[in-house]
Formats: sequence, C-alpha cells, structure tokens
Amino acid sequence: MQAAGSSFKSRAGAALADATLKSAIDRTAGNAETKRAAAVGEFPQFDEARKLGRRIKDHVIVHLEHYLIEFERNALRSGAKVHWARTSEEASRIVVEICRSAGAKRVTRSKSMLGEEIGLPHALEAAGIERVETDLAEHIVQLAGETPSHIVWPAMHKTREQVASLFNEKHASPPASESIPDLVHSARQDLRQKFLTADVGISGANFLIADTGAVCTVTNEGNAELTTTPPRIHIVTAGIEKLVPSIDHAFALLRLLVRSATGGDFTQYTTFHCGPKRPGDADGPEEFHIVLVDNGRTRMLAEGLAAMLRCIRCGACMNHCVVYRQIGGHAYGATYPGPMGSVLTPAIDGLANSRDLPNACTLNGKCAEVCPVEIPLPTLLRGWRDRSWKEGLEPLTVRTGIGIWAYFARHPFFYRLATAVAVHWMRLFRKGGWIAWMPLAGGWTQHRDFPAPQRATFIAAYKAMRKGAPNDNGT
Amino acid sequence: MEKQSGKPRVGLFATCLVDLSRPQVGFAALRLLEDAGCSVEVPLDQTCCGQPAFNSGATGQAAELARQLIRQFEPFDHVVVPSGSCAAMIKVHYVEALADDPAWLPRAEALAAKTWELMSFLVDVRGYRPTGLVLETTATYHDSCSGLRELGISRQPRDLLAAVEGLELRPLPGNDVCCGFGGTFCVKYAAISNAIVGEKAAAVEATGARLLLGGDLGCLMNTAGKLSREGSSVRAMHAAEVIAGMGKGPAIGEEG
Ligand code: SF4
Repeated sequence: MQAAGSSFKSRAGAALADATLKSAIDRTAGNAETKRAAAVGEFPQFDEARKLGRRIKDHVIVHLEHYLIEFERNALRSGAKVHWARTSEEASRIVVEICRSAGAKRVTRSKSMLGEEIGLPHALEAAGIERVETDLAEHIVQLAGETPSHIVWPAMHKTREQVASLFNEKHASPPASESIPDLVHSARQDLRQKFLTADVGISGANFLIADTGAVCTVTNEGNAELTTTPPRIHIVTAGIEKLVPSIDHAFALLRLLVRSATGGDFTQYTTFHCGPKRPGDADGPEEFHIVLVDNGRTRMLAEGLAAMLRCIRCGACMNHCVVYRQIGGHAYGATYPGPMGSVLTPAIDGLANSRDLPNACTLNGKCAEVCPVEIPLPTLLRGWRDRSWKEGLEPLTVRTGIGIWAYFARHPFFYRLATAVAVHWMRLFRKGGWIAWMPLAGGWTQHRDFPAPQRATFIAAYKAMRKGAPNDNGT
Repeated sequence: MEKQSGKPRVGLFATCLVDLSRPQVGFAALRLLEDAGCSVEVPLDQTCCGQPAFNSGATGQAAELARQLIRQFEPFDHVVVPSGSCAAMIKVHYVEALADDPAWLPRAEALAAKTWELMSFLVDVRGYRPTGLVLETTATYHDSCSGLRELGISRQPRDLLAAVEGLELRPLPGNDVCCGFGGTFCVKYAAISNAIVGEKAAAVEATGARLLLGGDLGCLMNTAGKLSREGSSVRAMHAAEVIAGMGKGPAIGEEG
C-alpha cells in the first residue's frame, strides 16, 4: 500500500507538515463529529441501541459457523453462487476468474473496504481489466492514483479545491466551477456511460442476512445500484463477520451505523440483493456471486480479538481520534486507518510490519466511547503492545529505558537515591523555572519546555517535614 | 503506629511524577485529606504504579510493580492518588496486569475497591467542601482522559473549585479531548504529540483564562510546557493546589 521503505514516523512527519491535509481532515471529520453528536443527542435510546448492536454481533460471532452455513444454504437457494476465500489472494483470484470466464473487459465497482483489503484494484489491473469506480470519492482516489484515507470518506485527505484541479486535468468534461454540484456533474459525465457498458459489477456488503441469503449494501450516492443492476454479473465480496441472523438485526445495526458514520438518520440508499434475476423480474444480474472472505478473521477469533469482529466500519473512532486528526489515513500505511485499523492491521499484515500502529496512540479512550458496538479499542491496542514486547519487536532503546526505570522502581532505596540525583541534575539545566533543553530529553524539549523540579522530591521533603515536627501526630 | 479513633486511615500514593517534579501537589493532597477528617500516612518506600511499563506492553514488569504497591498499601482503609491515570492504573488495570496470577488477583481486586482519585475521594467518599478559600483569577479546566473515561471524574473537581471565592471557571472548548501526553507516547511519537498539544494550548489560550487547572500532573506539564514554549502567560496548576489554598504559590515552571 505505502511507498516501499517508508516508515510510519516518516509518513506521519510528512503529513504533519501538510497544512492543506490538516484542513481537509478537519473539515470532514470535524463536521462528522458535530453531526454525530447531534444525531446521538436526538436519539435517547442510543445506549440501549448500542447494547443491542453489540449483543447481535457477539451472538453471530459465537455462532459463526451456524450462520455461515445457514447463509450459504439460503443464498444457494436464491440462485446465487457462493465462494469461500481463506486469504486475500484467494479472494482476488476468485473475483478475477469470474470476470475472465465472462470475458469481461470493464468492471464497475462500488466502494468496498474489503475490496481494498484483498487488493482487488491491483488484481484487476494486473489482469488487464478496466476498473470503473462508481463512488465519487473512490473515483477521485483512482484518478489521483492513491488509496483511500478513510473508511467512509475515501478521499477525506483532499480539499474540494484539489478535487477540482484533479478533475480539470483528467476529465473530458471538466467542472464548470469548484462547487460540489459542478464537481459531481463532471464526474457523472465521465462515469455514466461506463456504468452502462460494464460487464461485471463488484460491490461489498454491509450485512449478509442469514435467514434469506440476501446481501445488504448502504451508500450515500445510490451508486451501488448502478454497479449492481445494469451489468450481467454481480459479484459481492464480504468479510465473514458481516453476517446477521435476519433483516431485523440488520436494521438494528443500520440505525447505529448511519448515526455514527455521518450523523444522518438513515443512509440515502439501502439495497437488498437476493439472488440473480428471476423470470419476470424487470432487472437484475444474470449471475450473482458472493465471495465470503476470512483473511485472518477466524485467527482473530482464536487470538483474543473477537470483539474487533463486531466492527461495522462506521469510522467514528477515526473521526474522534486525536492522532488520526493530525496525520490522516495514509500515514498508517494500511487499508484500515485510525484506531480500528491499528487493531486490525497487525492481525492482517503481521505485527512485525506494523508495531508502530498500536503504539502510536495515547490510549485516551475517546474511540471506545464513541464506538457504536462498544469495542474496547484501547484494551485491544494495549494487547498488541504486550505481544510486541513478548515477541521482542519493541526497539532496544524502549526496552532498555523501561528496564532501567523498572529496576529502580522495584528497589525503593536505590530509587530514592536516583530521584535525588535526578532532581539535582535536572535543576542544573533550568533557566527560571523551566528547562528548555537537557540531555536525553529531546523528545520532550524539542517541542515544549520542561518544568524544573522543585528542590527535593516529595518523599524527601515529607521526611524532612516530619523530622522538623516530631509532634505532628500527637505523640 | 497509632490510629486516631474514628478517622479513616488513608495511604497517600503521591505518584512518581509528583514525587519527582512537583511535591507541592503531594502536600496539597495531605492537607486536603487531613482537612477532610482522615488520618493520612505516606509509605516512604512508594515509587511508581507501573503504568509506563504496562502501557509499553511490559506487562511482567508492570505486574511486579503492582505487587509491590499492593503490599505497601493494602493495610490502609483507603488509597488516595492525586492523579486520574495512576488511580485508574490501580483501580482498573492492576487486575488486568495480574490476571494470570491467581494468588495476587484477589489482592489486586481488594486494593482496587478502596483506591480513589483524590478529588473523587474528597467529594464522593468524604462529602468534603472546602471553606474560606479566596483566589481572584480566571481559570479553565482540562479533563484528563483516564480520570474522565475510566473513573468518571468530571463533576467532582468543579464542585470543589466552585467553593473558591473569586475564582471564575471558564469553559474550555474540547475539555474532554486528549492533550497528547499519553505517558511515554509524548516522547516516542514526539512530533504527533506536539501537534496535538499545540491545539490544546491554543484552545486554553483562547479562553482568555489566566490559569489552567487539571487533575493529572503529566497532562498539565505537557500543556504548560507547550504554553511556555509558545510564549503564553497562562499559568498552570494541579486543581488540588487551588482547593488546598495554595493557589497563590508558584505555578508549574515558576520558581518557588
Ligand atoms: S471500531 Fe467501532 S467506531 Fe471504529 S469503525 Fe468499527 S464500529 Fe465504528
């Protein structure tokens, strides 16, 4: 995903230096934050709804096998073809093969983070199949040759002005102005014809309904319909955690999803797909394929990350994350950014490649506070730190620092000596009450002043006080 | 050791940060606890709660420090800590750190049940209300994340500060947004931390208040250090200092 060899810190550094990026993030995420707060405020049963949402997801996760079998049975009965993929490679291969055997030259795709996770854009390109993104933001990302930076707004990192200049450069009919309607119009002109001539449409799924075998997708732009209705073949790729027992459960989760994601009451377009076109149907695909993807999910179940499988991909955790708000999605260097991404990425890409992500977090808990399915994100992030420590992945400087400090903390006598020396030593660097620089403290003093310690430690001053006042406890 | 009759025996855990860099907060806590009718003791072998190790993933080392602190403090009726995050470490996370240690887990649970953040202890347990306090200034309050989200501390410091005559408490927009301290995070990811605390410092400055108050020394040092670097004249103090009547003393980074 990311430029080869670049590190999390260097990507984050570049993002921090980009003032336009910061204002783009603040515009969209700030707006989402305000609207979510209003939507939750107007929904007095929100807490109960969260509890219910959590229970539904937990129930499905515990009985995953049962619901997968039920879903497959009902999907087959509706005429769908069901495929199982253990890994991202397998999933991409299945999709590409369906396209190939249909002789497809052009496919349309509606936004799906799972598609990104399994590397589908790349796999289609490698197979020489033209990919048309029907979601406006995905279209922007594709034109710019980038990857999504947010799971709900893939082009969150771009300002409207940047989008306008991109369209000016790449569209046959450039936008008349930088206004949103003109930008949308320009994209429509570019895309509409392609929608109608695609052989295959590929979408994701928000919910897989076990008792009917139906697939539910929600979008804001109505593009999922354009992806999935005109082409001859419709392929759905979905993570196995998207299962719900019935349509009622899907609606219970939808109420949470929409309010948490955009602060709306309901997404504009909620669609249920159930099997291919039947005799007498006005429209619909001739073939309907569902690719069920594991890609580390059952492993997460086994490794204490079951709670993460509750995630409904609403994006609230990243909108409210102080780190995401500063560095944006690309700095994470993975499909999923922000708090949920920092839990998922080590599970998908391996901890050795991503140990920075669970560490680059203040554990302030805001993400868990807003998560509509009560995922204890900070606890899960700390769990990765624990593993990283045990597997020896933490840098030597950190291990040594914590080791030395913990040694002293476990030996109070030496600790008292060391802190007395530290206080004395630190005070050597003070100007007035502040220390602007001292050795070994560059991480702090590069950006802020450090308050010089008072003359003695609390314990030393307390002991001195007690000595000076032998009668203070009435003896 | 003598126990004054009827008074609860409180063990004060000052925290390593207060011990090392701002003893004043420890003395403020002492004064407040005594004023609230407690018999206070300060175990002299106390060091650190182990939070930096725990949050770095060094759970084994955190567990050793947890056992040490449990041993030091379990004789008391209550353990009081002038920090939301260190109190939460003991109250919420010791049972996680010792989850695999069946011998110590019940002791961790017992200690958790009697451990309190200072301002929550004063208000929720002792029903304390300070009297005769005057401090003519404008202040704003930052809610540190652990205290707020793990212990539900929000109203208690404000209730206590409301008893200070002349003190005008101005709302801080984003009062519940992290300041970017995060313990070792602030040096491990210094550039990101700096960007976050930059916004916090600007929000504090924009209130026009003269004094920044909070319940966690780490967050206060972080924000005050940024304010100082930016040349701001806003002063910063632990709320306990103001409530203990030490509000006229030197603020963080002022020579005393
Ligand atoms: S972790 Fe929670 S808040 Fe974050 S995307 Fe998933 S459901 Fe939404």
